[in-house]
Amino acid sequence: MAVSCISDQRALTATLSGELDHHAAKHIMSQLDGQIDRELPRQLTIDMGGISFMDSSGIAVLLRAHRQMCRLEGELRVVNVPPQAKRVFQAAGLSRVIRFE
Amino acid sequence: MRTKAENFVSLDFPSRSANEGFARTAAACFAAQLDPTLEELNDIKTAVSEAVTNAIVHAYPDTIGKVCMKLRIHSDNSLEIVVRDWGVGIADMEQARTPMFTTGGEERAGMGFTIMESFMDTLRLRSVPGKGTTVTMRRKISRRVGAK
Repeated sequence: MAVSCISDQRALTATLSGELDHHAAKHIMSQLDGQIDRELPRQLTIDMGGISFMDSSGIAVLLRAHRQMCRLEGELRVVNVPPQAKRVFQAAGLSRVIRFE
Repeated sequence: MRTKAENFVSLDFPSRSANEGFARTAAACFAAQLDPTLEELNDIKTAVSEAVTNAIVHAYPDTIGKVCMKLRIHSDNSLEIVVRDWGVGIADMEQARTPMFTTGGEERAGMGFTIMESFMDTLRLRSVPGKGTTVTMRRKISRRVGAK
């Protein structure tokens, strides 16, 4: 599970790849936390294009990022969600809280 | 409906998070003999991931314990998955199954049972505090045109 980040004028893009499960989630969250604290972005884009598998641990990761962006009065959007992850988000009704594009 | 078990496997492993991926893949491998679609396979992997993760996160709070996953193929083309632990058990099962409820703190979304219920046809939860928890789920795999 890798997190790579690009920052540009306080717009931060975090690209996730690999499997996003409980085993990987702690590491992902601490990487994202660190990047958000460092960059203080106005907009965070989480690109899930490289995710090969995701369970509800991915929901926790997104909700945490969402909370942090709310605290910064910034925006979160999630892009390139693969079909398997999309099904998990749909079952949880997460699009009511998180902006997916 | 009582159906005959056509194939069966039982896997024991310690409650380490590194085994979550192993459990998913093992279940997917076993389910392959039912010739599932990619979506059915992903649903099975996800449900297994939720059940096994629950055991790993909650059953043995300060230690490592045993998790057992049993997989059974039934004559009606369904896959039955049982995930069992001998850990702390669930005091309030109704509360545990409530969406977004978790005893796991900020790191957990509390959506495991909701996902399992969405992706599997049936879900049964049995738990005795101090003795352990058993999750039993079943999913019928569609027979495909041209399949043997």
